Amino acid sequence: MQAVQGFLDHYNYVVTIFLMVAGLYIVIARGNMVKKLIGLSIFQTSVYLLYIEPGKILGGTAPIIDPAFTVYSNPLPHVLILTAIVVGVATLALGLALVVRIHEAYGTIEEDEIFEKDGDT
Amino acid sequence: MLLTLLAVVTLAIIGQRNLFGVVILSGVYSFLMASVLIVLDAVDVAMTEASVGAGISTIVLLATLHLTRTIEVRPWRRSWAPLVLALVTGLAIAWGSLALPPFGTPDAVIHRHVVPRYLADTVKDTHVPNVVTSVLADYRGYDTLGETTVIFTAGIGVMLLLRGARRRDGGGGDDGAGPRA
Repeated sequence: MQAVQGFLDHYNYVVTIFLMVAGLYIVIARGNMVKKLIGLSIFQTSVYLLYIEPGKILGGTAPIIDPAFTVYSNPLPHVLILTAIVVGVATLALGLALVVRIHEAYGTIEEDEIFEKDGDT
Repeated sequence: MLLTLLAVVTLAIIGQRNLFGVVILSGVYSFLMASVLIVLDAVDVAMTEASVGAGISTIVLLATLHLTRTIEVRPWRRSWAPLVLALVTGLAIAWGSLALPPFGTPDAVIHRHVVPRYLADTVKDTHVPNVVTSVLADYRGYDTLGETTVIFTAGIGVMLLLRGARRRDGGGGDDGAGPRA
């Protein structure tokens, strides 16, 4: 019974870790560069969850001060993650620009085919 | 429940080999993530995730697909090494997460450090009722300045990379336009 309760208390972390590992798996196992970048952004969003989840207080409300409420969720992770989201899309745009350039130079965005072409020269 | 849906969409992204489908699924993923964030009381983050994650990211990804190609040719890589590595990493993180406090408890360490001061003083100090805004733009304003610097640098990088591309064949529809800071 206690094990079940412990699992439910940490269920959000279980899913977060699953997303993290899935993102890592896509980055390592897939040769296609667009897919690698999407895996990277899945990894990033799992980190958002990892930061936001401990900030939630059950029965709390969004951190906007109002006389009607007394319990607020923690605003600090929200600030950090706002920054992280924006930086994340900046890195995604830069990575995709690199993919476009690689496609120009090699005519492909598959890692294996790029290695083959590098081997020819 | 929503978290479970997120996991299902992630599995679909791993399996899907048409990159167009992958991009659309990642938009779905971002919207689900925004819903989860609203449930977690992070309304500002949810708004940013919906506009940046599901909006700008999807547009930039589609522009890239337009300039490259949409099918991932390689089938499954035959190696077990990535799966094993990912599983080992996941177990290590899960083992570490056992020490985290249970979900939603108000007396966790994270709620007792600097945050009570932000919550108590923000209206007096900044006259802004939204604590996220006041911390972002006032208490931690230098961090936000650094963040905008990162976006600026990334924008310059994208422009330089794609200007080289355009010189060669006149393509290029990708833009690194900075979203809200």
